[in-house]
Amino acid sequence: MSRLVDCRDAYSGMLEEMALQDERIVAVVNDSLGSSKLKGFQSKFPDRFVNVGIAEQNMVGVSAGLANGGKIPYVCCAACFLTARAMEQIKVDLGYANYNVKLVGISSGMAYGELGPTHHSIEDVGWMRIIPNMTVLVPADSFETRAAIQYSATHDGPMFLRISRIPVPDLFDADTKFEPGKALRLREGRDVTLMANGVMVSRALQAAGELQEMGISAQVLNMSSVKPIDREAIEDAARNTGGIVTAEEHSIYGGLGSAVAEVVTQTHPVKMRILGVPGVFAPTGSAEFLLEHFGLTAEGIRSAAVQLLGSR
Amino acid sequence: MLSAPAAGGASFPRGRAVHIYAHVRQYVYTEFFQRRTALCDLWTSTMKSSSEIDLMRLEKQAAQTRIRSLQMVYRAKLGHPGGDFSAADILTALYGAVLRVDPANPRDPERDRFIMSKGHCSAALYATLAGAGYLTDADLDTYMAPFSALNGHPDRNKIPGVEANTGPLGHGLPIAVGCALAAKISRAPWHTFVLVGDGELQEGSNWEAAMCAAQYKLDNLVLIIDRNRLQQGDFTENTIRMEPLAARWRSFGWDVHEMDGHDMEALVHCFQAAPFTRGKPSCVLARTTKGKGVSFMENRQEWHHRVPTADELQRAIAELQGDKA
Repeated sequence: MSRLVDCRDAYSGMLEEMALQDERIVAVVNDSLGSSKLKGFQSKFPDRFVNVGIAEQNMVGVSAGLANGGKIPYVCCAACFLTARAMEQIKVDLGYANYNVKLVGISSGMAYGELGPTHHSIEDVGWMRIIPNMTVLVPADSFETRAAIQYSATHDGPMFLRISRIPVPDLFDADTKFEPGKALRLREGRDVTLMANGVMVSRALQAAGELQEMGISAQVLNMSSVKPIDREAIEDAARNTGGIVTAEEHSIYGGLGSAVAEVVTQTHPVKMRILGVPGVFAPTGSAEFLLEHFGLTAEGIRSAAVQLLGSR
Repeated sequence: MLSAPAAGGASFPRGRAVHIYAHVRQYVYTEFFQRRTALCDLWTSTMKSSSEIDLMRLEKQAAQTRIRSLQMVYRAKLGHPGGDFSAADILTALYGAVLRVDPANPRDPERDRFIMSKGHCSAALYATLAGAGYLTDADLDTYMAPFSALNGHPDRNKIPGVEANTGPLGHGLPIAVGCALAAKISRAPWHTFVLVGDGELQEGSNWEAAMCAAQYKLDNLVLIIDRNRLQQGDFTENTIRMEPLAARWRSFGWDVHEMDGHDMEALVHCFQAAPFTRGKPSCVLARTTKGKGVSFMENRQEWHHRVPTADELQRAIAELQGDKA
């Protein structure tokens, strides 16, 4: 695989570029200047940088007010605190009121590794997805991160962007455009479909390569747009391949796997395997260790696909 | 940045001083707006100077807001009449003589913002919005009826003039802080007012916002506390003590003015003079009475969300019309 990148640099760089063009863009943080990679934004746009301190409820409420005043706030905060701590503000002040606020959940999933379950954010996609008006995006590499951030400013409404700090290989290029509600087919295949987003996409691609060597043709879909979700692509995968394996750095409850299953069961029921964290608090270990522990690896995806095809 | 005229002193300046501050504020605004577009000229013309307050009209509107909101609660068989009544004079003063808003252009970017954090007192808010021209009297009759825009708690996407969807307590002040920050960033002259209940201040988010407003020197933000001393279950002081409430806000860096929240003239003068001090957010601690205006409702915990009987409604209306037999 190629050089690994930290998608946080892509998001903060893009945000700075956009802020130059659009003075409505403001950044809102809860003290987390460093982990949100916003020191550059702060020095370039000090008047448009709001640090509310360690106060997530206020942070989200303030962002609704900023949107009311014509700004486009990007609330940048560790995903675990942003979503869990400010859940009611996100539901009511942003979702229900439908304010144009972008939530950038940094270091989502199990990126914080050894810091433990307090800092893991494996519920965020489920929590955000359930809120009406909320768009949920989980980009896979630095280029898609830039494209998703760029798209976010053009969409009028609340949005959750999940940005990991786990290094990933770049899969796309600078011409990448983000299309909401579109699954991107990264590999053709007829026997089984692998659906993944975020850090799991490169692993799914690797698994497809390994399956090819075993004589299994696997289609790979990048599901960065969890909400809206590409119902057509999911139904097509259900009809035309032998089953669906989803892989996400998230609980198996409520995330991508659930979103896909909601479509599959109501259109063309086929067997699925939903890979993620199986409803437990993780043991102590690095992010990479935990991904491996929960089978969120190319090998884990490959064996789930083999098992799924064998069980038909 | 256009800032409010500085006004020293910790206590609320009454009488002549208030008139002077109000006039200074109006002068500054008038000067500013004369260089702006016709829209701003409209505001200037609709702004009420303190000497021109039509107290009779405001008192009548406040009584009408109470009567109308109680009728709405009676009809819906749901509501929070006690808090509606404690807030009625504050709401009337704001919409009748203070806020620079235009019901014909409810999303004018340069409007003053008012956020009703105590969203459960929606009947008083809706009756006030009807008085101000945002809703019709017929709209009020749909309060909480199926598919009505007038939900039990306000929805900004359904009702013009509503700025935030409130209901869960402790949301309004953070949103108001964001509005005030937006105005600061844009160097815009509009003001943000937010009304909170006193029991609501038990929510920690308010104190996060209180620190933030002081840190950012939001002298374009006015917090009004409806200090009726009652919450749903009991008196505030028997639940989680609020006092010393004014001292608490001062210690958080706010300029606090305490006043009678049912003295219409004082309310108007105070809100027109606000914000009070350059570099500080303003807090109006309005001493109010829950159920104010109806003898059998005043200061009684059960009227937090009691629905009147037909007889109680008639007696209440009679009292509010000053027709005490």
